[in-house]
Amino acid sequence: MPNKSGVLEQNAPNANFVMEGKSLYNRRAKPVDVVLKLLINGAAFLCVVVLVGILGYILVNGLGYVSWKFLSTPYSETKANLKGILPMIINTMYIVVITLLIAAPIGICSAIYLTQYAKQGRLVKAIRFTTEILSGIPSILFGLFGYTVFCILFRLQISILAGCLTMTLCILPTIVRTTEESLISVPSSYKEGAFALGAGKLRVILGIVLPCAMPGVLTAIILAMGRIVGESAALLFTSGLAYQMPKGFFQQIFSSGRTLTLHLYQTAREATTPDAMNIAFATASVLLILVFLLNRLAGALSRSLQKGTE
Amino acid sequence: MARKMFERELRELSQEMISMGNDVDGRLLETIEALRTLDLEKAHQVAQSDEQIDIQEHQIEKMCLNLIALQQPIAGDLRMIAACLKILTDMERVADQCADICEIVAGGDFNGNSLALSHVVRMLEEARGMFRRSIDVFISRDVEEAKAICQYDDVVDSMFSKIILEVCDIITQNPRNVMCEVDLIFITKYIERTADHATNIAEWVIYIENGVHPELNEKI
Amino acid sequence: MATKISIQNLDLFYNEFQALHGISLEVPENQITAFIGPSGCGKSTCLKTLNRMNDMITGCRIEGKVTIDGEDIYDPRTDVNLLRRRAGMVFQKPNPFPMSVYDNIAYGPRVHGIKNKGQLDQVVEKSLRSAALWDEVKDRLKKSALGLSGGQQQRLCIARALAVDPDILLMDEPTSALDPISTQKIEDLLDELRGQYTVIIVTHNMQQAARISDRTAFFLLGEVVEFTETKLMFEQPKDERTERYITGRFG
Repeated sequence: MPNKSGVLEQNAPNANFVMEGKSLYNRRAKPVDVVLKLLINGAAFLCVVVLVGILGYILVNGLGYVSWKFLSTPYSETKANLKGILPMIINTMYIVVITLLIAAPIGICSAIYLTQYAKQGRLVKAIRFTTEILSGIPSILFGLFGYTVFCILFRLQISILAGCLTMTLCILPTIVRTTEESLISVPSSYKEGAFALGAGKLRVILGIVLPCAMPGVLTAIILAMGRIVGESAALLFTSGLAYQMPKGFFQQIFSSGRTLTLHLYQTAREATTPDAMNIAFATASVLLILVFLLNRLAGALSRSLQKGTE
Repeated sequence: MARKMFERELRELSQEMISMGNDVDGRLLETIEALRTLDLEKAHQVAQSDEQIDIQEHQIEKMCLNLIALQQPIAGDLRMIAACLKILTDMERVADQCADICEIVAGGDFNGNSLALSHVVRMLEEARGMFRRSIDVFISRDVEEAKAICQYDDVVDSMFSKIILEVCDIITQNPRNVMCEVDLIFITKYIERTADHATNIAEWVIYIENGVHPELNEKI
Repeated sequence: MATKISIQNLDLFYNEFQALHGISLEVPENQITAFIGPSGCGKSTCLKTLNRMNDMITGCRIEGKVTIDGEDIYDPRTDVNLLRRRAGMVFQKPNPFPMSVYDNIAYGPRVHGIKNKGQLDQVVEKSLRSAALWDEVKDRLKKSALGLSGGQQQRLCIARALAVDPDILLMDEPTSALDPISTQKIEDLLDELRGQYTVIIVTHNMQQAARISDRTAFFLLGEVVEFTETKLMFEQPKDERTERYITGRFG
């Protein structure tokens, strides 16, 4: 259509801006576009490669060593036939469950107070600010604090309970913040609707607002679980490195016990036996799988809860 | 299902219209009776009771205005209500004409033997027939029948011309009773108007159904 | 016609801003009363004072008197929850709770102490029938209410309000978020509720007020300009401002 473009040129008000013909086809890519696209794709690719690399490295080195025996036997530093991780799994369970039993109610209640009851003023803003700061503090500081306060001041010694209390402090800010977010995101129209039916405030919060926020709350709790499972520094100070099998259900709470992460740390660091690195990698694999499963659980639970409400 | 309230009010309007049509029709029958028998008392009665029809007219008028103001009628509903307002006027006029005829009958001095009088009664019966059919057509919404009514107007018109000629003949032959014959001419004119109103009603029914007023359409 | 709700010299302030100026209205029992007026004229605000939903707004202060059946609803002895049970509310946007259709309707009765399953079943069916929704949802009572269409959701909200057996129904632009057919269904429903409930409906749509209400109040800048029978209002308004507004010549 060169003849057409000639006509256009004569009539065009702006000679610098002339379309060549009227066709919609033949759009050539610009070099800048191509380069940018390459960079973006490259970055994404790099991320995936690193992640898959780490996961692969750990699983390849560790999975081979994971067996039912590994999961179900106690551990001994000296005896070569006792290299299982059963006590650590039990200790990890203890810490996760007890910490959540303490932290979740406190966290949820304070989130309810902050969003539903407290006058939205400076105090609430200050509390929000501090929780945000707290969630950014390195966990070793929590460990130090827990050690001085719970282990020494409260005379709990190095024990699982002291570890749980310390972990409670660690995860409380996250639970409060996440719960708050999900409470705030409950449409106010639900509340209005319930109030307009003559429901009292507590009833509205427990019957309408909290159930609506449940997926968010659950996510918060499961994220916290992941944090507990993965925590090492704070627990090193407070729950210690003991690896004996629990002697009694309650007794264990007051005695020292190492979690999977600490076990990983300890075996890799000490490397007293030739297969220490194998044990470390195997433990790491178990941890990875555990965290992965927890994440899936979080997703599935919040999805099923949402399904119930939509 | 939708617009139940509006539907209900439209139905009420329709019923009120029909009931007024029947009342006016009754008025016409009484007028025929009064004219045929030259019953002065009956004529007097009909002439005096026009007020009731007027009240009815105003009530229906108010209904229509309420519907327009409150229900935003459009399309067929709007045509129906607009046509009702027009038909209402026609019906009220017919009642007026009955009163006028009866007034003349009550005040006049007719000798019952006039040949012309029987023709006038005949014509009134025809006009009443048209009116009755127009009310029926408002109920049935039968467009073909409505068109037939419009055409039938020509029959009444030709009767009108004949009666006028006849009465003129009587006057020239026997000028003693001129007043009476002039009264007859008036009555005949009223009857002719009545038939016209019946035609109008039929035309408005066609408008309701087709959205086109036949008379206007012809002129355009 | 007996007066159900009496508003006497009502002033309402949001902090320093005065939103309502000396409102006085006598709302007749078991009729539909419409509040019309341009945006921000105070009609919704006035509606919310009637079940004290304005309590939840910080800085909202009120002077004057509002009585329902002669009882001052701003008296310190008034139980707000009982008041809201007597005066149900339907909002602009349908707001069913994210639970099943059944639980939505049963929420109110449960709040007010009905626990018996059979009794609840009855209330749910009766309310849904009153809201002309029963036939559409009877097979899906246990399914989430959020799966209903907008119009159905709004009728569900009306049913939910009816379930606590109110005598007053306050409706805050209940059809402004709905399509014309759903709107029509709600209007038909309102016509059926006429005579059983004292309904006050706030609407932007004055044709809607014309179609369904018995009396209409025209609000302007926080005042009631005219309050009269709807027929009179739409055929011969007394105030020139009312005439300008309802004929669309406002501004």
